[in-house]
Amino acid sequence: RALCPLVPSAPAALRALPPPVAVGVLHTTRPLHTTQQSLAPVPPLPEKGGEVRHGLIPEEFFQFLYPKTGVTGPYMLGTGLLLYLLSKEIYVVNHETAAAACILTVIVYAIKKFGPDVAAFADKLNEEKMASALAMKNDTIQTLQTAIEEEKKEQWRAEGRSYLFDAKRNNIAMLLEANYRERLLTVYNEVKKRLDYQVALQNLKRQKEQDHMIQWVEKNVVQSITPQQQKESIAKCILDLKALSKSAHATV
Amino acid sequence: GPLSERPLMEVRLGELHTWVSTCSFSAQGLLGAVQRAWGSYCAKYIHVKQGGPAGISMLLAGYCLLSYGWNYQHFKRHRWRKYH
Repeated sequence: RALCPLVPSAPAALRALPPPVAVGVLHTTRPLHTTQQSLAPVPPLPEKGGEVRHGLIPEEFFQFLYPKTGVTGPYMLGTGLLLYLLSKEIYVVNHETAAAACILTVIVYAIKKFGPDVAAFADKLNEEKMASALAMKNDTIQTLQTAIEEEKKEQWRAEGRSYLFDAKRNNIAMLLEANYRERLLTVYNEVKKRLDYQVALQNLKRQKEQDHMIQWVEKNVVQSITPQQQKESIAKCILDLKALSKSAHATV
Repeated sequence: GPLSERPLMEVRLGELHTWVSTCSFSAQGLLGAVQRAWGSYCAKYIHVKQGGPAGISMLLAGYCLLSYGWNYQHFKRHRWRKYH
């Protein structure tokens, strides 16, 4: 327990987990962002600053004196104060007064002449910064939007998974069927080959026996025909032929 | 709001001494007061979108007055007349 990171707002049950788990677990029992006091977005700057008259005296001073002395009150106050300081020489006029007068003249002239241009330039710089930041923000938002749409599309695509699985199942069934039939055919062919062999064997045996028997009978018959019998049979054949020819002459 | 938490500009003249008695004059209190004053000045005159010369010119004028006040004894010796 001494080693786990000290997130004091986590409940004891989460902290009691072993350290690697306790670090990764998001302690969601702590309420997040329940108040409006978050650091972003920063409120924008006000457009114009406090009003200042003659570049030196805030407007609040004039408003403060207005109810009692009207519009000219602060100016009267200023003039009287200035004359008092000069006459009593609480403000001493010396070389620095002349220098201050020259410097102030130049500064006022420069501000009146170049003020608006400098202000416009600074405004343009600001505008560019704002525009680039805004463009970045919009781009990011756009990217995220497209990402969301893509994700939704993917989710819609995932709905078609049943069709995909059906097609795959059909494919597999067909493969199995084809394989089964191939094997059947192989079995049939093998059996037929063996049976054909047996049949051919028997035929060959019978053929050989027949041939051998015929040959043996012929040989014996030829052997048994003696020359005497041969002469007799030839003479008989000639007599038969003569008789046949006589009968043939008669019919014609 | 209550007296001790109001800023100086909203305190009326009659309540001024009670207001002064409520604020803390410790180092931390004074430092806090200075920081708050500077922060409110900046927020009002400097951290705006369209400020003018007023923000810095008031600071420079205040600096001129302060330095005149610090060197007053030196200026007193360069008066034009002895009796006023």
